[in-house]
Amino acid sequence: MNNQRALLDYTLHLADDALIIGHRLSEWCGHGPILEQDIAITNTALDHLGRARSLYQYAAAIFNGMPAEEKKDCFTSIAIQNIVSNGEQIDEDDLAYLRDGWDFRNTQLAEQPNNDWAYTITRSFFYDVSNFYFFTALQKSNDETLAAIAEKSLKEITYHVRWSSEWMIRLGDGTEESKERLQTAVNDLWMFTGELVKMNEAERVMLAAGTGVDLEAIKPLWQQQIATIFSEANIDTPPTAWMQEGGKEGRHTEHLGYILAELQFMQRAYPNMEW
Amino acid sequence: MSQDKVNKNEWPLWEVFIRSKAGLDHKHAGSLHAADEQMAIENARDVYTRRMEGVSIWVVESKYIHASDPDESASLYDPANDKIYRHPTFYNLPDEVKYM
Repeated sequence: MNNQRALLDYTLHLADDALIIGHRLSEWCGHGPILEQDIAITNTALDHLGRARSLYQYAAAIFNGMPAEEKKDCFTSIAIQNIVSNGEQIDEDDLAYLRDGWDFRNTQLAEQPNNDWAYTITRSFFYDVSNFYFFTALQKSNDETLAAIAEKSLKEITYHVRWSSEWMIRLGDGTEESKERLQTAVNDLWMFTGELVKMNEAERVMLAAGTGVDLEAIKPLWQQQIATIFSEANIDTPPTAWMQEGGKEGRHTEHLGYILAELQFMQRAYPNMEW
Repeated sequence: MSQDKVNKNEWPLWEVFIRSKAGLDHKHAGSLHAADEQMAIENARDVYTRRMEGVSIWVVESKYIHASDPDESASLYDPANDKIYRHPTFYNLPDEVKYM
């Protein structure tokens, strides 16, 4: 894998994670447990979508700068292939709305359904903690665009991790029911956390190039922080078991398809529509 | 609403005060529900400062706000209406004093 292709995959993975978790959180809009938390969670959803936009814009620029031959191998999506064969450039919207599920590189954790408040909080918590260490490190990237996006995002992510950590403690240390629901969510989502701190090929190429973040170095920090909050929340760490993986290579759980069906419907049914 | 009618499942109400920029006073912005003071500040951040309205937040649980009784307005405030001499408007300022 050459550096250009690895940079595209790397940037898209970050963008897709942001879009998909942002979309999941936005599903709470109008359904939050109380008005104030409804606003809090949709604010956070918008933070993720904002980061997704910056990253998609960069990914589109990387893609447009690639040789025509290489472009053909990047996405299976017919809609994107058509744009390329017409000699046109793609933009951030094309990447979000016209790629198919197997072209998405988000972690499987991000696409897991909201289920209840405890699942939603747990998913955000696992993701926010990894995001915090990841974007802290990404600020030192030799890629100026990624470093700048990291610096801007880190302020938002610092708040996200504070918010979801406090909710973990509140639910775990709350009532019998809230503790039970939280422990169930932690047990069910645990197998999707391996991917957060396990490197794939694109990430190894980017690390070697001085662009990417060393997930091996983040892994112990992530585990330590998770353990700290688990202990405050009186939550048991699930036994280390087999971990799911493959999201970063485009292998997804059944949930992503439904998200994309909802997210992409308008652009697929009415190409180039604006509103 | 008397205290025993308060819905036990509802979080307490908090009054929110926002300082819009350094040097200005905190102003009452509104109220919101939260489980504790930490959450009240975060909710206030999310509800009242998302359009750059503030640089500092105070929250006070609403039950700790004590207010004057509107029914007593006549005796409390009307007497000030005809005490114009309490305003410092009866001095002749020398021209040399500027910016008053």
